Amino acid sequence: MATRAPDRMAAVPPKRPVRPRRRLHRHLAYQLDVKGSPYAYVAPFFLLFSAFGLFPLAYTAWVSLHEWTLLSDEQTFIGLDNFRTLLADDYFWNATFNTLSIGVLSTAPQLLLAIWLAHLLNRPLRAQTFFRITLLLPNVTSVVAVVVIFSQLFGRDFGMINWVLSLFGVEGVAWNEGVLTSHAAISTMIMWRWTGYNALIFLAAMQAVPRELYEAATIDGANGLTQLRKITIPMIKPTIIFVVITSTIGAMQVLAEPLLFGSYSITGGADRQYQTLSLFIYENFTKLDFGFASAISWMMFLFIVLVAGVNYLFTRRGKGGLT
Amino acid sequence: MRKLRHRFLVPMVAVSALALGLTACGSGGGAPASSGAASQPAEKIKLTVGLFSDFHYAPLYEEFKKTHPNVEIVERRAQFNDHHTNLITQLTTGAGAADVVAIEGGYIGSFTPVPDKFYNLKDYGLGKRESEYLPWKWKLGVSNDGTSLIGIGTDVGGLAMCYRPDLFKKAGLPADRDEVSALWPTWDAYIETGKKFVAAKVEGAKFTDGAGEHFRAMVEQAPVGFYDAQYNIVAGTNPEVRKAYDMGIKMIDSGLSANLLAFSPPWNTGIAKGTFATMVCPAWKTGTIKDQKPGEGTWDIAAVPGGGGNQGGTHLALPKQGKHPKEAAELIDLLTNKESQIKLFTEASALPSLPELYDDPAVKDYVNPYFGNAPIGKIFTDAAKALQPQPAGPKAGDVLQAFNNGLQRVDQGKQNAEEAWAQVLKDVSRIK
Repeated sequence: MATRAPDRMAAVPPKRPVRPRRRLHRHLAYQLDVKGSPYAYVAPFFLLFSAFGLFPLAYTAWVSLHEWTLLSDEQTFIGLDNFRTLLADDYFWNATFNTLSIGVLSTAPQLLLAIWLAHLLNRPLRAQTFFRITLLLPNVTSVVAVVVIFSQLFGRDFGMINWVLSLFGVEGVAWNEGVLTSHAAISTMIMWRWTGYNALIFLAAMQAVPRELYEAATIDGANGLTQLRKITIPMIKPTIIFVVITSTIGAMQVLAEPLLFGSYSITGGADRQYQTLSLFIYENFTKLDFGFASAISWMMFLFIVLVAGVNYLFTRRGKGGLT
Repeated sequence: MRKLRHRFLVPMVAVSALALGLTACGSGGGAPASSGAASQPAEKIKLTVGLFSDFHYAPLYEEFKKTHPNVEIVERRAQFNDHHTNLITQLTTGAGAADVVAIEGGYIGSFTPVPDKFYNLKDYGLGKRESEYLPWKWKLGVSNDGTSLIGIGTDVGGLAMCYRPDLFKKAGLPADRDEVSALWPTWDAYIETGKKFVAAKVEGAKFTDGAGEHFRAMVEQAPVGFYDAQYNIVAGTNPEVRKAYDMGIKMIDSGLSANLLAFSPPWNTGIAKGTFATMVCPAWKTGTIKDQKPGEGTWDIAAVPGGGGNQGGTHLALPKQGKHPKEAAELIDLLTNKESQIKLFTEASALPSLPELYDDPAVKDYVNPYFGNAPIGKIFTDAAKALQPQPAGPKAGDVLQAFNNGLQRVDQGKQNAEEAWAQVLKDVSRIK
């Protein structure tokens, strides 16, 4: 780094009074404090982020350009070969399809349900805190516990859901065998965990909507549903965008649910019927095929950016707001 | 090999761990000249022992300390899969491995190709113990190039067939364990018995859980399995593998399978509720059965068809990173000697790997009351004795997974036998 040493050398003749210098120093110190301190405050995060976020990201990109397995000491550079193999791989596209399918099946109903729940709670109720905490409970439950319980519910022989269905004459659905049935089961688990959480975020946003708007609407004769559609949703649009994006990212990264639902089957079922992208990466990591797994990781990263971007544009373009 | 895969880490975590670690590849520790001759009692040293569960070694450590008062022993335990993947990472990055590590049978093939990461136990006088061991068990611990002994055996997982006497009675089959064993000297006879069971139409019960574990047992009974003697994958061309696969298909086609994946929640429930009447049973699976609380005497144990078999069992090895190979070698010698193996059998039900002990009354006469006083010691050691050595390759687990998936696809009615076989071969060809 360049220092200011030459300046100091130049200031050899000590004739001049020292004061303006000192003032200059103080001024510089002040400037440094004002301009520099904020960076110092955020530095710990960015240092950690660089070490544990940015560096791995870049390093994964580097690894993805190699034939790289853990037990051999040599890693040969193969350029984009891993990506070429990946794009021609049926299993990759199968995992992509599964991820999108589970993503849509879980996110769309979940957000609608969350808005509806928040709307219901956004009115004077007794024991409000109780209801709000109850909403959050599924989210604080460990994902492992949730999946284990739901796997029992979705069991073929002794599952409760099949028992209920049998009352209607539907017998022995093997939930984990079919594509649609397994996606539905996994989506149910995701919805169970995240609907309440998102409802709370929506609720917080709804409470910031001015009461007068609703009063005016009531006077104009708008009913509850119209108020929800015409006032609430446009007013909380920034929150909706936020939730849509975070849910999308979450849905793209689903790993624990399919892994545990398949009793630790890293292929996501015998026919890969519910192997998500994360699980596909995981499969290749456990095979210690790091180059290939890194290539999938990067493709998944690009997908998430892409899907989140599309969703952002989509939700932003939606009906204009009041503001 | 236990099949539970408890490990699931977010890929990014794996990537960062990898990224941080891989800076020091290749520098394999390079044996920092251990202070040579006649160990000075003054020098205090610490040995770490890395295991994946409680091996009940604590009393043996105390015994070791009597002759080695200067040695302190610290045991580290990690979850089964984590333990082995951590070990791979530690060996690659050249740091962090324990002085003594346990390697389970399902993973040993991943380490025998890299003898330079381990001390050669022959250099520490353990080579002379070869004659004591089951030949196949000994061979598992030898490096692929045959030059180095990287691991010395602890226990084995002899194979049997667990069955439910109550369901057998209902189907009009004999229920006594010796008569049951006599029903199926071969896998063909096993399937024929199954067909009789199906014909008896026992309400709510299939003959067996699935075809995967049976397939595995059949492959492991062959002289060559998924790998040939040069450690190339031959799963697709080996007629023994195809024979085992066809046998699995035959089980499915004959309606023997309950189509349950071993270790899945419905499988666990099935053990307790009796939705299937038999299952392939390594010694340690008796614990799995007991955990489901089916009731005392509900399950019994007979011999496995095809004569002998093994699943699981562990080796102890010394990574090159360790600084005290001499003391560590003395420790694993003690942990695996005859006296210790007998103690571990009675205390921890770890089946010995030294055939000489199979005639020891402590092993031979041991019965398990939970399984109708079955002579577990005899059944499982007979199976372990009868097994022939087979080359274990580094990716045997992945290959097996591909076949299991194929059999399941047939069981679920998604593919026919040939379609599933074709996809299995495709999956196997992807394994590097």
